[in-house]
Amino acid sequence: MMFGGVRILGSQTSQQQIRGMATLKHISMRLKSVKNIQKITQSMKMVSAAKYTRAERDLKQARPYGEGAKLFYEKAEVAEVNEKPKKLIVAITSDRGLCGAVHSSVARIIRNELAEKADDVMIFCVGDKSRAILQRLYAKNIMGVANEIGRKPPTFLDASKVARWILESGYEFTSGKIVYNRFKSVVSYVNTDLPLFSLAAVSAAPKLNVYDSLDDEVLQSYIEYSMASLLFYTMKEGACSEQSSRMTAMDNASKNAGEMIDKLTLTFNRTRQAVITRELIEIISGAAALE
Amino acid sequence: MHLVDIRTSIFLTTTIRSFIFYDSKTVKQVDVPSFSGTFGILPKHVPTLAVLKPGVVTVFENDGSNQKIFVSSGTISINDDASVQVLAEEACPVDHIDLPAARDILNKAQSEFASATTEQAKAEAAIAIEVGEALVKASE
Repeated sequence: MMFGGVRILGSQTSQQQIRGMATLKHISMRLKSVKNIQKITQSMKMVSAAKYTRAERDLKQARPYGEGAKLFYEKAEVAEVNEKPKKLIVAITSDRGLCGAVHSSVARIIRNELAEKADDVMIFCVGDKSRAILQRLYAKNIMGVANEIGRKPPTFLDASKVARWILESGYEFTSGKIVYNRFKSVVSYVNTDLPLFSLAAVSAAPKLNVYDSLDDEVLQSYIEYSMASLLFYTMKEGACSEQSSRMTAMDNASKNAGEMIDKLTLTFNRTRQAVITRELIEIISGAAALE
Repeated sequence: MHLVDIRTSIFLTTTIRSFIFYDSKTVKQVDVPSFSGTFGILPKHVPTLAVLKPGVVTVFENDGSNQKIFVSSGTISINDDASVQVLAEEACPVDHIDLPAARDILNKAQSEFASATTEQAKAEAAIAIEVGEALVKASE
């Protein structure tokens, strides 16, 4: 790595023959801007560290909630209905970038799936980032976008707005899923998906008849509410993964900036020394010529 | 009465600050308010689903004590392995409710209902009244 830096310096010293002071100035300007970048990444790291602690605390509370909402579908053995499949995919991301591969990996999963079959699949993007990536190729498949997400921690109200929008959109999906990042630890998250079921799928579940006194109205309300709960839970998981990932990304960026600063300082000092030496040689050789 | 082997887990959360009141805990009995009427869940209750109504969930714990929790809306699911999930949008212990504040909410909702012009605003205000009434009733 050191040699790489020195070699760049070599090409600069040949320029320096022509305008030495300018190169020195260039290096010091560059040094200054890298220092500023480091300051920014460092403070972004601090901010996301604070946000992360909160997101993790929230997530601890939201997890049993999500598990609870999921449990019925598992217990009742609800499965997708396969005739005339109409799919719905909800991408959980946010508006904010600079957080590693959190958003792009969610978008990539959806893109890979759409690459196989893009008919009768609709995507709902939570957060501008997934929309920006997906709309290049699959603009027709995007049914809606929710933005202004990521600045503040997601709330149940946000989730219920999304659920309501999807239910009122009139798109009758037969199977659906939420693609999100499940938080594992500060350094890792996994891309996961969580199934969403329609009324038809739940009504056709093999074990539904063990449930007593169900009418369609109760079932419909139940599904609507549980969709909001699941969205809420996945948003919390996503937010926590995002903050932790941003923290790591910014930490790495600060480290890289630090390395760059070290290298540039060295280059700067060497160049300065070279300029001084050259000037001395000029003076001395000038004096010697006069003798 | 001999009550054993009931897994009643209750998860309640609120929108802003989330609370888990019970997480996979075994309890004796749970009374829940639903739109089809308030009912008590005992061990080996027949599996069912229901929608929560604003009101008070009462949990009778194994040591005989009970806890009352106010809930606004949400769902109840009772599964065939005797596990119960109560998921609420907003929840808080009953003794945390401030009666004058609850009355305020009810009054505000009633005046909103009176001044509502559209069907949707009316329906929203009606829901707010329902919650307000339940709040006042719970805290009295």
